[in-house]
Amino acid sequence: MNDAFGRPQTALVLGGTSDIAVATLRRLAPTLERLVLAGRDIGALERVGSDVAACGDIAVETLEFDAAAPEHHAEVIESAAAFLGDIDLVLVAFGQLGAAFSLDTDPVDAAHIVAVNHGGAVSASLAAARRLAEQGHGTLVLVSSIAAFRGRIRNLPYASAKAGIDSFARGLDDALCGTGARAMVVRPGFVHTKMTAGHQTMPLAVDADTVAAAIIDGLARRRTVVWTPRMIGPLATILRSLPAPLWRRLSAR
Amino acid sequence: MTARGRTTLRGWGNTTPSTARVAHLTSPTGPSDQLAAAGPRGSIARGLGRSYGDAAQNAGGVVLDMVATDGSLDLDTATGALTADGGVSVDEILRRVVPQGWILPVLPGTSHVTVGGAIACDVHGKNHHRVGSIGSHLASIDLVIPSGDTVTIGPNRDAHLFWATVGGMGLTGIISSATIDLRAIRSSRLRATTVRTSGLAATMDVLEQGDQRHEHSVAWVDLQQVSALGRGVVTFGDHAPPGDSDIAPGRRPPIVPRMPVSAIRPSTVGLFNELWWRRAPDRPRTRLTGISRFFHPLDGLAGWPRLYGPNGFVQWQMVVPDSAAPLVGAIAARLAAGEAPVALAVLKRFGPGNPAPLSFPIAGWTLAVDLPAGAASTAVLLDELDELVSGVGGRIYLAKDARLRRSLVARMYPRLGELDTIRAAIDPTRRMQSDLERRLLRSD
Ligand SMILES: Cc1cc2nc3c(=O)[nH]c(=O)nc-3n(C[C@H](O)[C@H](O)[C@H](O)COP(=O)(O)OP(=O)(O)OC[C@H]3O[C@@H](n4cnc5c(N)ncnc54)[C@H](O)[C@@H]3O)c2cc1C
Repeated sequence: MNDAFGRPQTALVLGGTSDIAVATLRRLAPTLERLVLAGRDIGALERVGSDVAACGDIAVETLEFDAAAPEHHAEVIESAAAFLGDIDLVLVAFGQLGAAFSLDTDPVDAAHIVAVNHGGAVSASLAAARRLAEQGHGTLVLVSSIAAFRGRIRNLPYASAKAGIDSFARGLDDALCGTGARAMVVRPGFVHTKMTAGHQTMPLAVDADTVAAAIIDGLARRRTVVWTPRMIGPLATILRSLPAPLWRRLSAR
Repeated sequence: MTARGRTTLRGWGNTTPSTARVAHLTSPTGPSDQLAAAGPRGSIARGLGRSYGDAAQNAGGVVLDMVATDGSLDLDTATGALTADGGVSVDEILRRVVPQGWILPVLPGTSHVTVGGAIACDVHGKNHHRVGSIGSHLASIDLVIPSGDTVTIGPNRDAHLFWATVGGMGLTGIISSATIDLRAIRSSRLRATTVRTSGLAATMDVLEQGDQRHEHSVAWVDLQQVSALGRGVVTFGDHAPPGDSDIAPGRRPPIVPRMPVSAIRPSTVGLFNELWWRRAPDRPRTRLTGISRFFHPLDGLAGWPRLYGPNGFVQWQMVVPDSAAPLVGAIAARLAAGEAPVALAVLKRFGPGNPAPLSFPIAGWTLAVDLPAGAASTAVLLDELDELVSGVGGRIYLAKDARLRRSLVARMYPRLGELDTIRAAIDPTRRMQSDLERRLLRSD
């Protein structure tokens, strides 16, 4: 069960090797008892698992999960529940940036990035949400991005997928109203992680642990939307209303 | 709010919502049918929902709404034995019995609790140092055990099940009625003495000395004003000699509206505490007062938890043995230094505990504080304080809890295994479940 500060005893992480997930789990360790890490690279998941287990008294299991295979997502949730019992927290943290986008990008590759990021998040979250509604409690956390508000050209498929996740997450929270479960969407600015390593950083960049702290705070305050850093909220509004020529100059850097 | 025939329930602190199918006891066989039909997530009884956390919730399962406005109430005016349905409230009981010269032997800080809820949490009152908790005043309980059978239990009748039910958080079954030994009174008034103190040491001294002379005692303490930490207003009370015997007619208390943000902030709490402390007489003063004013002052403002806004609040109530009295000061200082304002702090001494394995009171000092939920740092602070408390053989009151960690429960309640043994025997298929049970008491 989640406690009065939204702290879970059991958690399922989809995309268990993501830096944001690992940082969040370290902070959740004091109350966490059982954890399922799901993803594609079982070896890497196991390494994360033993790292997190060392932070507390946590039983960890790993599960194979492919965001691009939605037909298996319901099964993954079932298997996780078989180990966890009630699932207090589901963290949807996987994401793939893809190669730099341009007009020459193969349309199939672009569509794949959208399918993995957006389609995968939709099907996995829906399967998870159904389970949470059934058990009558639980929190689903989806990771969106500032890129959902105005994407740079080089990340366009990823950014458009994040816009889709963001809108899905908010609607899912509405759909969950009255079930005892809820959804929260986290909107980080530019995050220094292994996914973004080598990319040009942006103003107000944060590290994964700052995002994790914002997630913990959002759970405690039962927020629907979490901006991290806080300032990025107003910034998103500004970015969205920037005249196109100016945005192109800024985002091309 | 309902979805799929379910209702979202919360505790008094408004922090841990979950949904369940709420069943009313309409079927002719009452609770026993409901228990059998509940399904894999089982059932739990709910009274007036005054426990602060998730004790009376059962996510995805069934919650049996016990509140009975027309429940039966039967007073033997010769002996003072009161037999009441589990869903009858303390408020209703007082209205009936006080005019006849009787009062409940133990009164918690609100009258809006049911008989079942009071027994399942083994509630204590301001007179715990003299008379113990409610479990020590029960002649018998009619309990619908998970199989659906009704058994009559008491201190001399199936004593193990009886004591497991007292303080058992509803997990041994449904308390359908109970017989309570009332205390005779000759007046509905109390002589209340108020003493203002200037710091925690003085507050503790006054309480300790006053306990020997007075039946009821409690201290409001200020844990916001760091320069006079623990200054307080100590109240003692004794039932007055013959006189007036009506209970004040039920006035409708003013209601706090829903608030978009919390009104409980360091500044508002600091101001309130200052006014409250100054309002108290600077020399001890004794006055006659009524039962509800003395015992249930918070009932004078309906819906007061709304002051905390949408994030709600937690109450942290601990008890530590007398030998650990210095820890009270250390804890007070930690709370005062925390991010969240200590909106309300109440200090009192307990007398010895009773044989119930999950009963909260033990001889020593109990401190209860209300804190706004929402700040993650508050969770960390309270975790640390839990460690201090359990380290000296103290414990946290489950009726108030919504955030304790499971790993500490067995240290705080070393006889937890006795409840497990009884549950394994009378409830092998786990028909009684609750959110609190899943969070804290389930071991697999
Ligand atoms: C303002 C305030 C002041 C308080 N002061 C005190 C105090 O001074 N001392 C003290 O000890 N407590 C105090 N409490 C706590 C309160 O007394 C307990 O939480 C009490 O259990 C509430 O009764 P309820 O009917 O609301 O029970 P609920 O909160 O509905 O349920 C509490 C527990 O009792 C069980 N239960 C309820 N009915 C039954 C039944 N018929 N059969 C079996 N199990 C049942 C539930 O399953 C649950 O586990 C206070 C609470 C408030 C809000």
